[in-house]
Amino acid sequence: MTTRPAPPSGPHRPGRTDAPTVGSVHSWDVSVGVDGPGVRFVAFLAGCPLRCRYCHSPDTWYRRSGRTRTVDEVMVEVERYRRFISVAGGGVTLSGGEPLLQPRFSGEVLRRCHDLGLHTALDTSGFLGVRADDALLDATDLVLLDVKSWDPATYRRVTRTGSVTPTVRFGRRLADRGTPIWIRFVLVPGLTDAVQNVAGVADFAAGLATVQRVEVLPFHRLGAHKYAELGLTFPLADTQPPGPDLLARVRGQFAERGLTVY
Amino acid sequence: MRATVVTAFDRPREKLGAPPLDAWRDFTDGTWQDTIDVADFIRANHEPYTGDAAFLTGATCRTLEVWGALAALFVEERRRGVLDIDTATPSTITAHGPGYIDRDRELIVGLQTDAPLRRAIMPAGGLRLVETALRAYGYEPDPAVHRIFTSYRRTHNDAVFDAYPADVLAARRSHIITGLPDSYGRGRIIGDYRRVALYGVDRLVAERRAVRESLDERPSTDDVIRDREELAEQIRALDELKRMAASYGHDISGPATTGREAIQWLYFAYLAATKEQNGAAMSLGRTATFLDVYLRRDLAEGRLTEMAAQELIDDFVIKLRIIRFLRTPDYDQLFSGDPTWVTEALGGMGVDGRPLVTRTSFRYLQTLYNLGPAPEPNLTVLWSPRLPAGFKRFCAQVSLDTSAIQYENDELIRPAYDDDTAIACCVSALRVGRDMQFFGARANLAKALLYAINGGRDEVSGAQVAPATPPVHGEVLDYDTVLAAYDRTLDWLAETYVDALNVIHHQHDRYAYERLEMALHDHPVRRFMATGIAGLSVAVDSLAAIRYGRVRVLRDDTGLAVDYTVEGEPPRYGNNDDRADSIAVWLTEAFAAKLRRQRTYRDSELTMSVLTITSNVVYGKHTGNTPDGRRAGEPFAPGANPMNGRDTHGLVAAALSVAKLPYDAARDGISLTGTVTPDGLGRTRQERIDNLAGVLDGYTDAGGFHLNVNVLDRATLVDAMAHPERYPQLTVRVSGYAVNFVRLTPEQQRDVVSRTFHGSL
Repeated sequence: MTTRPAPPSGPHRPGRTDAPTVGSVHSWDVSVGVDGPGVRFVAFLAGCPLRCRYCHSPDTWYRRSGRTRTVDEVMVEVERYRRFISVAGGGVTLSGGEPLLQPRFSGEVLRRCHDLGLHTALDTSGFLGVRADDALLDATDLVLLDVKSWDPATYRRVTRTGSVTPTVRFGRRLADRGTPIWIRFVLVPGLTDAVQNVAGVADFAAGLATVQRVEVLPFHRLGAHKYAELGLTFPLADTQPPGPDLLARVRGQFAERGLTVY
Repeated sequence: MRATVVTAFDRPREKLGAPPLDAWRDFTDGTWQDTIDVADFIRANHEPYTGDAAFLTGATCRTLEVWGALAALFVEERRRGVLDIDTATPSTITAHGPGYIDRDRELIVGLQTDAPLRRAIMPAGGLRLVETALRAYGYEPDPAVHRIFTSYRRTHNDAVFDAYPADVLAARRSHIITGLPDSYGRGRIIGDYRRVALYGVDRLVAERRAVRESLDERPSTDDVIRDREELAEQIRALDELKRMAASYGHDISGPATTGREAIQWLYFAYLAATKEQNGAAMSLGRTATFLDVYLRRDLAEGRLTEMAAQELIDDFVIKLRIIRFLRTPDYDQLFSGDPTWVTEALGGMGVDGRPLVTRTSFRYLQTLYNLGPAPEPNLTVLWSPRLPAGFKRFCAQVSLDTSAIQYENDELIRPAYDDDTAIACCVSALRVGRDMQFFGARANLAKALLYAINGGRDEVSGAQVAPATPPVHGEVLDYDTVLAAYDRTLDWLAETYVDALNVIHHQHDRYAYERLEMALHDHPVRRFMATGIAGLSVAVDSLAAIRYGRVRVLRDDTGLAVDYTVEGEPPRYGNNDDRADSIAVWLTEAFAAKLRRQRTYRDSELTMSVLTITSNVVYGKHTGNTPDGRRAGEPFAPGANPMNGRDTHGLVAAALSVAKLPYDAARDGISLTGTVTPDGLGRTRQERIDNLAGVLDGYTDAGGFHLNVNVLDRATLVDAMAHPERYPQLTVRVSGYAVNFVRLTPEQQRDVVSRTFHGSL
């Protein structure tokens, strides 16, 4: 885990206005309907404090695996899609990696996009939610909150590094300030599928007034080749994607709490 | 959809002795009454429909039985390649007696021969092609036909090869120019078949006679003689059309009086064209909104119900789905899946700002549900962000469910042509009845780049094909040197290519003239010389590699450059990266400019397309290693697509690269094919529909011309390759048309599967 401290607060640090804010960006992509509503320009930031066993992008774990970019450089890229996004409907999503590992950079990109009238989304585990200051959240129209698990031991087993507590605090803070949330939960047979574990996530989601939907994402192995390329072992190489019965059960657990679930 | 209604169609209502109906009752007056002007009729009489698809009805039992009667024949046809061939009767408008699928139940009648799916021979285009095809399917060519077309009647094919110069033959042999319509019908001419319904044949004959007589005052120069002869032939063809309709018990000398008659008259005219010409693409035009005027009047008069109106359209579309031509296995390599390009343009906006969307636009799309998905007719939506939301959503839904329709940019087409423009073949815009085109296949720009590097020698055969120029020397290719050599090669290619087309179309006009289709055009007609290019993305990525990377050359012992290695990370076309995309824009404009400098047959206006249909596979097969790292023989990307797997930022980024290609330089169309999985469009059906409609709005707004949308799972295609019998109607869009996936060759199936699947769009 990268331990570099977060900058004090806010995109504007007094006395430092001359130095352009830079971040480590792994790549960007344009997707439709899967990273927030509509057509999304998705910037994948490099570096993540978690090491989820099912992670399909191990190539974004370290900041060094990205390229240093200024906010202006990212905005040049966003600008190339701005017209398309505004006609087609959609926005900009910061994903990763963990965008809140680079809160100053993320905050500035979100604010600049928001100022352009673009819908903004932040795709995060919430583990570093405390680093998101109010200015950053003011510029964020939607948070895609990835709740890895509820049961502490399971959370630990999934992420190898983290705990759900910061995510819970962050989620409540978002709900209190009225920020819309889409909860995401990756369903891995034999890892995250215990009834009590799912029930915990579902209860938590149901308790947040601004949750608009829950997306239960079936585990897949499409990222396995990246582990091979990096010389790493994919821990879930032998795990199968969840079957339809399991998916239905888990989605049902969310739905029975009145949540809209996909 | 389960049918419960036997048939919604009333058996003939007009009793004997009832007064004849006034064909134009309740129509709004306009100049269309005084001159032949269907576009004016539509503008004056159509009523836009801005609602959703809720009014549509399913198939009746009758429809399903007629369609079902064909199902067994389709299986047999797929097994044998063709169901049956009439080997002894060269097709003309009247050569075959009437044919039926199920005479008592068909609402719209008429077949190309005397039995469904029985193919006709059309030797005037080329006897060799006919005889090769017959032998390929196990038939013996008819000796009498052979004698006629070798002793008494010359064919287009013979005439072209008599007149080709040597350098065209060499270019053709080396595949730098391929797919030329020199042994088969050129197609891509759309008669205004609606005229027969609106005016009746007699009025059209009278108009042609008047035009013919007006030429009597002009001196008999070559041009005038040819015009007079053509007009005389057109009049003869119209007369034959009337006789053919009479053989089915219909008198089409006067205008149609009901919706059913309008469809029948229009279809007879189209059918006559398909009896006369085995054209590469036999497109229908823009008929839905025209027919809607009649169907709406019938509905208002209580003559039809919605279910009956849909039943008529379903029956019409069944006929369009069984149009067949006899073609050779070679031809299938180029244009696979037995396409006929019965292209129908739907939707679009009027010049008056009102949508040209009607309920019948919806009814045409509904046939993909009532009869199941199918590649033909080639339904083409002229898309504008200004189209009514209900129609946009229905189109997107149909794409999600069937992958059977394509989209073209109405906001580019309408200003460049007009609001009564249809699509010939895949992407070629033509004002209906006002423009025609000389179809010109395509030139291989990737191979041309290799010729530039090799001083005009072919990289596969080593033969000197283009004029000898100094080869590009040095271990590492220098961009400016390559560009200068490429410029010279493209000059030669443009000249040789247009020269070939001039020969082809001169001879086609003489020996295989489209009498009926041209009878349904204005005189004089505007003519285009429609050229095309293949290998754009390969050439662009090669140039980008030379400019932004280091490309080392490997030469054989004769000095021929045969392979290349690329160092660095050069930008690639298809990622919305201006460094590569600007090369694509430059190359498109530069080659179009060179083509436009050539003199063209009949002073036709030169246009260019970026479209390969499925010939991208064959072009690739005949092109050696290229400086972008592509291996010899590997398929090109289709149309204006980026090369497979090199567009790494999703379909939107790829689409925006393609959208930069200027329509002004490629007025014959720019084709993009994209495949996306359902999950890559959103979580729910409604989201997917909205998102796809949004993407189409965004692409159109960005200036993108054409988009084939497939919404498919890769696993489905892989399974269909293994178990074709389970997927008789699986339809995929390739480059500008759709095919039954199971009718593609295994090689082409692999190409479709390996093409970039944008898991997330």
